[in-house]
Amino acid sequence: MQLVETTERQPQENFRRMGPAARLFGKLKAAVLSVVHGSLATKLSCCFMGVGQIMRKQYVKGILYALLEVLFILFMVFFGGSYMAKLLFSGHLGTVQETEQVWNEELDRYVSIPGENSMLILLYGVVALVMCVLFVLAWGMNVKGSVMNDRLLAEGKPVNTFKQDCALYINRKFYVTLLAVPLIGLTVFTVMPLIFMILIAFTNYDYQHLPPSKLFDWVGFANFANLFSLADGTGFLKVFLLILAWTVIWAFVATFSNYFLGIILAKMINRKRTKLKRLWRTMFVIAIAIPQFITLLLMSKILDGDGIVNKILGVTVYWLGDTKYWSLLPRLTIIFVNMWIGIPYTMLMTTGILMNIPQDMLEAARLEGANAWQIFTKIEMPYIFHVTTPYLITQFVGNINNFNVIWLLTGGGPGDNLHYGVGNSQSTDLLVTWLYRMTTDTNVQYGMASVIGIAVFVLCGFVSLITYNKSKAVKNEEDFQ
Amino acid sequence: MMEGENKRPPEAKNKNSLGQRTRNICVDTAVYIILAFFGILWVLPILYLVYTAFRVTPDTGIINTLFPENLQLGFGNFEKLFQKTDFGIWFWNTLKVAACSCALTTLFTLMTAYALSRMRFKMRKPLMNVMLVLGMFPGFMSMIAVYFILKAMGMLNSHLALILVYSGGAAMGYYIAKGFFDTIPRSLEEAAILDGASQWTVFWRVILPLSKPIVVYTVLTSFIGPWGDFIFVNVIINNTTPEKFTLALGLYRLINSDNGAFNTWFTTFCAGASIVGLLIGGLFIFMQKYYVEGVTSGAVKD
Repeated sequence: MQLVETTERQPQENFRRMGPAARLFGKLKAAVLSVVHGSLATKLSCCFMGVGQIMRKQYVKGILYALLEVLFILFMVFFGGSYMAKLLFSGHLGTVQETEQVWNEELDRYVSIPGENSMLILLYGVVALVMCVLFVLAWGMNVKGSVMNDRLLAEGKPVNTFKQDCALYINRKFYVTLLAVPLIGLTVFTVMPLIFMILIAFTNYDYQHLPPSKLFDWVGFANFANLFSLADGTGFLKVFLLILAWTVIWAFVATFSNYFLGIILAKMINRKRTKLKRLWRTMFVIAIAIPQFITLLLMSKILDGDGIVNKILGVTVYWLGDTKYWSLLPRLTIIFVNMWIGIPYTMLMTTGILMNIPQDMLEAARLEGANAWQIFTKIEMPYIFHVTTPYLITQFVGNINNFNVIWLLTGGGPGDNLHYGVGNSQSTDLLVTWLYRMTTDTNVQYGMASVIGIAVFVLCGFVSLITYNKSKAVKNEEDFQ
Repeated sequence: MMEGENKRPPEAKNKNSLGQRTRNICVDTAVYIILAFFGILWVLPILYLVYTAFRVTPDTGIINTLFPENLQLGFGNFEKLFQKTDFGIWFWNTLKVAACSCALTTLFTLMTAYALSRMRFKMRKPLMNVMLVLGMFPGFMSMIAVYFILKAMGMLNSHLALILVYSGGAAMGYYIAKGFFDTIPRSLEEAAILDGASQWTVFWRVILPLSKPIVVYTVLTSFIGPWGDFIFVNVIINNTTPEKFTLALGLYRLINSDNGAFNTWFTTFCAGASIVGLLIGGLFIFMQKYYVEGVTSGAVKD
């Protein structure tokens, strides 16, 4: 491993002391020069991928590169190119709108001439763009490979055979083999959709501009302006702040209540003198072992206005639907139900950690005459806290995005006057459930939903940035090898 | 340890022993009372679920009375579940999707984690940062786009699409497994490489066999995932084709499809939920040791 690292770094040693821009420029210049001074094979490779390889008798590799170029050109000519051109150069997402319905004599019914589809222009445009980036990377590899061949030949060494190349990819470059498929998956199902959705934030894609019958178009930062606007009826600021505040309070309370109560529970079960540890543990674990959608749906029905809890208590309390005092009761109920499904997780995890605490540390403390409470607060708690900092951050971010608990319990409801009218928001909505409702209700507002998504991103990024920098556990990844 | 016990002054022990014992008994009782109270609180909803599943009282409209006068218990709801709904098919669908996506997810996660943990290359840090940033976006913000991409690929309403969606983002879940791989000593693979092993061999023959806890953890979590997800299924599988539903979507729609559905189908829902709960819950409880090992293995570094 060490060897690999030094050989990889050597050529870049010269660029070390420069700033990033100068370094990039230097690298580019070196790359261009190596092509200009390169052999005919390298120069040909720049236009016709794979030719350089074929001239060096690397037939399989060369043909693969050539095939890639042909496929890419076919893709761009017959499919992606036109969408990409419209996306990048026309300044609009389509200009031809579907016509009004007119009577067609031949077909004997009303028909309309279909127009352009803004959504498809945007989607396929993004796909084509991503393809272009990938193609440029492949092209770079192809030219670089040819330059490397030049160098080998200049030193009087033979170029790699296909077999040797393959051997490289299960050995020194094994990471390429390992990462290729997972990263393709990531590109198709996460990166491309995200780019698409982020771009949507800059359009007026909503229920009044629904393709295929209507076009939507770029609106610049109008949606973001709308998020911070107080305009009557349409401005999002008031509701956004309400929901943001609830999201943050919820994430905070949910994370820390589960965390500390879970630790206390684990301590109680794992005390030396507690008998029947397995039984206690199982009683709590059952609640999380069953899939969440079942337990949450069940809870929502149990706590319903005419649910079993009210029948037993002989009262009519709308645990999940009372709008009094800013819907205080539903909010509290949600937090308690969340404890019900969350505390056992912390309990389980803390159980594992408590077993891993170095016993000599505890023994030493006992010898010094520390009592159980002191050991807990001075040794065990700091240890648990240190070890679980990353978990705590993940939990906090996870709770900001905790769709299931809210959606299955209240569906974001109950609706109240404070929230009424803006983006179909309701009182226990988190930013994510609000986002979801904006994309699924009848009055869809994809543009604003994307803006909310970006807001969630900023919020999570903000939280992680602060906390990750402060936690040491994340940094020293090589300490334990 | 022995030394320590000898050093402790014997008279102090005697002086405290009576007071100590009563205090211990008090603390013990308090702990047991608390544990019992909360333990019952935690189990009650589950008991209610199972109890409701066996209730076949003819008038289901009064399901919310705990012990109605004409209470009857039996397997009627289970019969109804298999005869009047597609529960069997849903179950088979979910099993199929869960098994396939579990295999792919496990493979992708471990591959990514291994590359990022054990190998050093130029793009390593940038890649990790990019994935960190991607993870900050809410998962289903991309849902609409995924829907349209799948539509363009002609894959809507298929289980293959579900499998791909579940395992497509697996690379981002590398974090816990990487934490585990980070703790395996370098000397092991260096020894293997000196013996002429390739990285491929090191991965499959040296590291993976040592990583049983994290492999089991990844398999367990990725297998359980599809049993509980209904958001993506709801988007990808068409509502009018119940024979394509997975369990989560099927059971969800059973009591949420219209206003009357709840009263008609709640006991049936409970029957289905009990079966799923028994299987998945049983699996989880049976494997919880591995779950704990997995969650803590990546984190415990001290």
